[in-house]
Formats: sequence, structure tokens, C-alpha cells
Amino acid sequence: MPSDHKTGLRWSNWNLLLIVPLLMLITPWFNQDEPRVFGLPFFYWYQFAFVPLGVLCVGLVYVKTKDKPVVTGKPDKLGVDDLDEGAK
Amino acid sequence: MQWTELIVFSALFLLVTVMGFVAARWQKGETLDHLDEWGLGGRKFGSWITWFLVGGDLYTAYTFVAVPALMFGAGATGFFALPYTVILYPIVFLPLVRMWSVSRVHGYVTPADFVKGRYGSHWLALLIAITGIVATMPYIALQLVGLEAVLRSMGLNGSGILGHLPLFIAFVILALYTYQSGLRAPALIAFVKDILIYIVILVAIVYLPSKFGGWGEIFNDAQAKFDATPAKTDGILLNSNNQLQYATLALGSALALFIYPHSLTGILASRGRNVIKRNMVALPAYSLVLGLLALLGYVAISAGTKPIVNQATGRPDTNTIVPELFGANFPSWFAGIAFAAIGIGALVPAAIMSIAAANLWTRNVYKEYLKKNATPAEEAKQAKLASLVVKFGAVAFIVFVDPQFSIDLQLIGGVMILQTLPAVAIALYTRWFHVYGLVAGWIAGMGYGMWLLYNIGNPAINKAHFAGSALPLGKLSIFGWHPFGESAMTIYVGIIALAVNLIVAVIVTLIAKKAKVFNGTDQTDPSDYHVDEDSPRVKPVAAH
Repeated sequence: MPSDHKTGLRWSNWNLLLIVPLLMLITPWFNQDEPRVFGLPFFYWYQFAFVPLGVLCVGLVYVKTKDKPVVTGKPDKLGVDDLDEGAK
Repeated sequence: MQWTELIVFSALFLLVTVMGFVAARWQKGETLDHLDEWGLGGRKFGSWITWFLVGGDLYTAYTFVAVPALMFGAGATGFFALPYTVILYPIVFLPLVRMWSVSRVHGYVTPADFVKGRYGSHWLALLIAITGIVATMPYIALQLVGLEAVLRSMGLNGSGILGHLPLFIAFVILALYTYQSGLRAPALIAFVKDILIYIVILVAIVYLPSKFGGWGEIFNDAQAKFDATPAKTDGILLNSNNQLQYATLALGSALALFIYPHSLTGILASRGRNVIKRNMVALPAYSLVLGLLALLGYVAISAGTKPIVNQATGRPDTNTIVPELFGANFPSWFAGIAFAAIGIGALVPAAIMSIAAANLWTRNVYKEYLKKNATPAEEAKQAKLASLVVKFGAVAFIVFVDPQFSIDLQLIGGVMILQTLPAVAIALYTRWFHVYGLVAGWIAGMGYGMWLLYNIGNPAINKAHFAGSALPLGKLSIFGWHPFGESAMTIYVGIIALAVNLIVAVIVTLIAKKAKVFNGTDQTDPSDYHVDEDSPRVKPVAAH
């Protein structure tokens, strides 16, 4: 994705983690009965395991990209997006 | 008549009714005569309120009765609800905060408001608004199906029009407090609903499996049942033909959910970007509950639960599976709590959906075409009235038309709302698509999607049309050409329709750009999409 400020995009590589939970759409990887856990066939507990995995991925992205200033530690140098503030 | 259940249910129903009316004064702003207040609760809900509100909004009563019913009837295919609600959050995490920011700067109340601001076209906005209203209406009606399943399990299973009387009373009460309190009513009631749901599910999931020999036994019973049926698509695992359907239905549903107007209402009502982000992390707690609840469909098989016959339609209603399972295996008072959880679970989303539909009507039809100079107070008045019309329309649907029709319509609604994805979601990132391209894509996707759904029949239940959303690839034809031959593999219609929509939108956009057709004026600025609550650029709430 281009980082041209005119598109108004702020990209962080942490965002790539958001793709990981989508792996649960690949059904051939888990469409099987064995091994069972607590009597639950693999098909079911595998998908249940994606709930905490999804939370972890989204949570990491949230924490790592939290209100990140465009340029950290250099308050005197404003980023392009901050210079846009107020500009109409 | 099951008196204990009925008394517990009525007591809890009374509690939320009082809360619904009191909600008007909860965290109140300067006035309720503004859509920001009535329709969005003052745009100031914090993380907890948003969690309960959006959770109560997305995980509806219908979901809670229909998903286990689907597992009971068809097996693994019904479990798509879990991947659907897991992949949902990573997909919408980034677009939603952009939507919040741009809406906060410009005071947008509906997704169609955003489209109008982004493309400067009130016609495109009208198209989006109408799609939203039409897709939401049957969704509200479905909440009534959930509520009625509970009422009938409690013995209120009358026949004819009179059989719908309890439902009617419940909805009149709901309509009145929504009219008075707006979005604050479902926000407050959602606390009760969700706490009840969590208690009920946790107890059920710990107690019931041990009663029927543990999970291993339950899954074996389910497999034995599916083996005995002539149908080839059921079973506790997927087969080679329905895996693509499973994945595409989960993906399509996830893409559709947050472009439904009622989901965005919950998002726009929140205070800031971090509230939304935290909720994207915390909302999957509901997905876990939904997954566990789905498994109760199998428990019902082991328990030998029989769906009760709906006296109004004369057919067994599989949606009564979970209420019946609870009724037969728990003491009456606990079953009453479970029924109340489902019943109140119907009220919360029904209220939010009717508010969302009313907002669309008011902002994008009434103010745009009928009364251009409407004051904020007039807008709020109009929206309140519209919310009443929407709710009684939904009741009329259930009472006078076969409920099956609402279920069919909701299926269609999902495919319809997906067609607004390019204009609502993709437009958050780029204005590359031309407004003509978006309109043409919408028409193509909508037309093709409806045509495909119309042609899906299911001889087993004697339905020739609209019998599901799973399309055999062999049936897919492009002007008579069958690209997938005779394949019996199925896919979700919504994804196909969206693909057609996008292809047409791209082609028309390229032509329109070549011909240098004017593409409307964008009122938004690239920096609008990053503004947070503390910025001086956010529009004051309920400003006149």
C-alpha cells in the first residue's frame, strides 16, 4: 500500500497480524474428527482455539499501534498527517 | 401453561421495561430532540456500554435460537457462525475507526450520510439508505421469531391471530420506550440481557453435557442421527461439497455485518477510536458463547428434544429446540431465566435496528427529499415516528405473513447489504470508484444475486425458490455458459453477487474516467479519517 499522505493511510506492519485469523477459513486443514479433546472432535476445538488467537492478534495490533505519533520522540518535527490538521 | 417460567419471564420483562423508560434520563444530554441524542445516545458511550450494546446488537435472539436449530437439523454447516464471528473483528478493525472519525467530524448519523459526503451524490446515498432499510426490516421480524419461539415454549401457543397476542403486547411496550428513550433504552437493557445470557450458557454448558454422557457421547449420538437420514449434506463434519460454502458464508457474513446500518449505529454511538478498538478485542467473548450455544443443538439430539408445533402455522418449529431443551432439563425457575434471556435478547437488537432504519429514513429520505429545511428537533420527531412504523411493520410481517417469509427475506437481506460494500467500506479508503460505477455495480450485483437466490430450490422441503444461500457451482451460468461444469460443490451466493458487483463497478469506472464524467465533490479530507475524540475538529454533539 502506498504511503502517499494524500490517501490518508497510516500503515503499520503490525496490521499484517490481522490476516492470521483468516486462516481458519481453510477448511481442509481441520475438517476431521480425530484427535478429540474432551470428546470434542478436532473440527470443533480447532475453531474454538481461533477465538483466543483472534483476540491475541487484534489485541497486539491495538497495543502496538495505539495512538502512535507519526514521529516518536521528536515533537518538534510534525509528520505529514499532522501538518494536514486544519487544512481543508 | 408453564406458570413458574411465565412468572420469572414476566418479572424480568417488567424490569427491563422500567429500565427502558428510565433510560431516557440516563447520561442525558441537553435535549433528546436531536438525532445525535435520540439516535446515537449522545455519541459518548464508553468501552463497557459499547461492549454490551454492540454485543447485544450483533448476537441476537434469533442467532441464539437459529444457530443451535441449524446444528440440530444439519450438523457442522451450522457451525459457520463461529468462524464468521471470529474473522469479523480483524476484518473490520481498521475500517471501523476510519468510519467513526469521518462521521464524527462531519456529524454523519448513517452510512448513507457518509456516502453522500464522500461522493456528493444524494442519489447514491438514497440507494444505500433504501438497501439498508429493506435489509434491516426482515432482520427485525426475525427477532420476533426468536421471541415467539420462547413464548410458545412457555405454553403461549395459541392459534390464529390471537396466538400472536403476547408477541404484540411485548412489541408495543418495546415500541413505546424506544420512542421515548432512543438508543439509550437498548444500551441500558443490554446489560441485563447479556448478563442473563452469560449465566444461562455457562450453566448449560457445564451441566448438560455431563447429564448426557459427556461430549464424546453427544457427538457420537449426533453422528448416528445424521447417518440415519437420507440427506447427504448433514453430519458432524463437512463434506467435500459444502466446505467452500462454509468458508464463503462465514466470510460473506463477516463482510456484511458491519455495513448493516444497525451495527454502525452502535459504533457511531461510541465515544472515541480507542473505545472501538478495545471492543474489537473484547467482543469475541460473545463468539465463544455463540460457539458453545451452537453445540447445544447436538445436546438436544442426545436429549431427544422434539421441536414443538407452532399452532399458528401448523408446522414443527425447529427454533424451539433450545427453549424446549432448557424447559425439559432445568428447574422451572431457571428455564424462566433462560427464556427471559432469549426474549430480552430479541428486544435489544430489535430496538437498535428500528432506530437505525428510522435514522436512515429521516436523514436520507425525509430531510433529503421531503423537508429539506427540517430542524434537528423535527428530524428527531420524524425518526421517533419512523421507528414506530418500522416496528409495527415487522409485527405485521410475522402476524399476517408466514414467518418463513421473514427467514427467506433475511437471507436475501444479507446478499443485498453486501452490495453496498464498495460504496460504504471501500470508499473509506479510496475514491477510485466512479459514482456511476458504484451504481452500476450495485444494480448488477443485486440483480444477479436475487436471480441466483430465486433459482435455488430444495425438493426435500418442497420449496422451489429462495430455499437457501448455497449455490451449486454447476448451476452458475454466465449468459448460458457454465464455467464449473456439473460441479456439486456449493458456494455462498453473496460472494458471487459481490464479485459481479465489483467487476461491473471497475468496468464502468474505467469507462467513466476515460469519458471524464464528473465524479461528484468529496466533502471529506484525508485527515478526517484519523481524527479522535480529543481533536478540536470533531463536530459538537447535538449542535444546531
